[in-house]
Amino acid sequence: MSNLENLYRQVIMDHYKNPRNKGLVENEEYVKFRVKNPSCGDDITIQTKVVNGLVEDVRHIGSGCSICCSSASVMSETLIGKTTTESLKIIENYYNMVKGNDYDKKLDIGDAVVYSGVSKFPARVKCASIAWQAMEECLKDGKN
Amino acid sequence: MNYKKDFPTIKDGLIYLDSGASSLKPLQVTEAIKDYYTEYGVNINRGVYSLSYLATAKYEEARQTIADFINAEFEEVIFTRGASSALNLVASSYGMDNINEGDEIIVSELEHHSSVMPWQHVAKVKKAKLVYLPLNKEGRITVENFKSVLTAKTKIVALTYVSNVMGYITPLEEIIKLAHQTGAVVSVDAAQAVPHKAVDCKTLDCDFLSFSGHKMCGPTGIGVLYGKKELLNSMPPIEFGGDMNDNVELYEATFKDSPYRFETGTMPIASVFGLQEAVLYLKSIGMEKILKHEYKLRSYAVEQLQQIAGVTIYNPNAETGIIAFNIDGVHPHDAASSFDENKVCLRAGHHCAQLVTKWLNVPATLRATFYLYNDLEDVDKFIDAVKKTVKFFKEFGS
Repeated sequence: MSNLENLYRQVIMDHYKNPRNKGLVENEEYVKFRVKNPSCGDDITIQTKVVNGLVEDVRHIGSGCSICCSSASVMSETLIGKTTTESLKIIENYYNMVKGNDYDKKLDIGDAVVYSGVSKFPARVKCASIAWQAMEECLKDGKN
Repeated sequence: MNYKKDFPTIKDGLIYLDSGASSLKPLQVTEAIKDYYTEYGVNINRGVYSLSYLATAKYEEARQTIADFINAEFEEVIFTRGASSALNLVASSYGMDNINEGDEIIVSELEHHSSVMPWQHVAKVKKAKLVYLPLNKEGRITVENFKSVLTAKTKIVALTYVSNVMGYITPLEEIIKLAHQTGAVVSVDAAQAVPHKAVDCKTLDCDFLSFSGHKMCGPTGIGVLYGKKELLNSMPPIEFGGDMNDNVELYEATFKDSPYRFETGTMPIASVFGLQEAVLYLKSIGMEKILKHEYKLRSYAVEQLQQIAGVTIYNPNAETGIIAFNIDGVHPHDAASSFDENKVCLRAGHHCAQLVTKWLNVPATLRATFYLYNDLEDVDKFIDAVKKTVKFFKEFGS
């Protein structure tokens, strides 16, 4: 498989075309955070509902390239049902994976593992990360 | 034209088509930079010893080389950090000093952020009006459309010479003549012009003209503001300190004339040496030859791109080496990674010109720019990469 094929795995294109958990909800129990990359126009807003330390729901909306938009969808599926602590650990692990750093391969990160190909394209790390960054901010915000 | 040998970055099959963002640097330029650090290494304008005198002489010789290159006087060439700094200087100094409530500033949607944002700021602070010249169907600035917005209230006309996305050359000579008839002052963003075509400030009769070194084979961190002598000497400095002053008293100080009144602190001397060498390098090839060469490459590329189904070109008729395009249904950033995989460097995004991206009504574009070191073989490899990209994303059904 070429680097490019590894970057654009079927899973990624599937989530790009058929995003899960897309669209925000009007509900005060949700925490919302938006991350933009002004240099390319990627723009993602994440909304999450945490109850008793458990991520009950993750919603997303935004626009950008396939890596950026699909990662919001994959992230939502990965983190729903996890605890805040588990989520933050997965987020950290995910960042390390896309940057090509050492990461815990045993930690279950679901379909998010398909983004390991991003590490071969350093210019795309930002695209793959902004949805996760927005989620991280939501979780930190929720804690306060 | 074969100048690849002068550019050590071009190796291992690299196809560099992003000179619009920054050109590569030839050995002659990097040698000149190194020469400053190994042979001089001292400050200018200050030392009484001969080494400092020699460094100063070389610095001022560079200023003369650049003045000759754009047909300007020695005192009319101010060194800045780049075109952005130069454009900001005009707005912060001339703009803030001369724009009043109700005055009008003409700009266009083709402007780079650095050309329009300083005037947005001036307009807000001074309660002046920012007026957008309507682009024609093709996205060009035309003399007719300029006439439609020029009024007796127009005080500033801030326009690009060559659009960094569309590659169109603005018909400035006539626009400047008309602007002067109503007493307006014209500031030209020439960042995409000076590297690619002959620019003559006297013939143009522009009041200000800004450009960057790094887009014309020169170093980063150096650019030029050209301004008419009498205007520059009437303008307040925007930075105060060493070397720009004349007499300094406890509560008052007087300033030197241009160019020194705008060059305070130790300037990037090595970069000035490098920029001089870049100008000499471009002159040795000839600006007309460079423009012709770029046009030949872009025409050859456009001809082939038009035969690929699923490619949209936004500026098929531009007269410079810039092609703005997209692959239908593929986000430019996704496409750019495919180009990267094929060792083709090009730009994806809005190119610091969100207004024209919005005018085109697309989220972003791909941009390929050709320069003197590119050749027909580069175009073939570029076209091949476009075909591969179209095919790849078709198979993935994006």
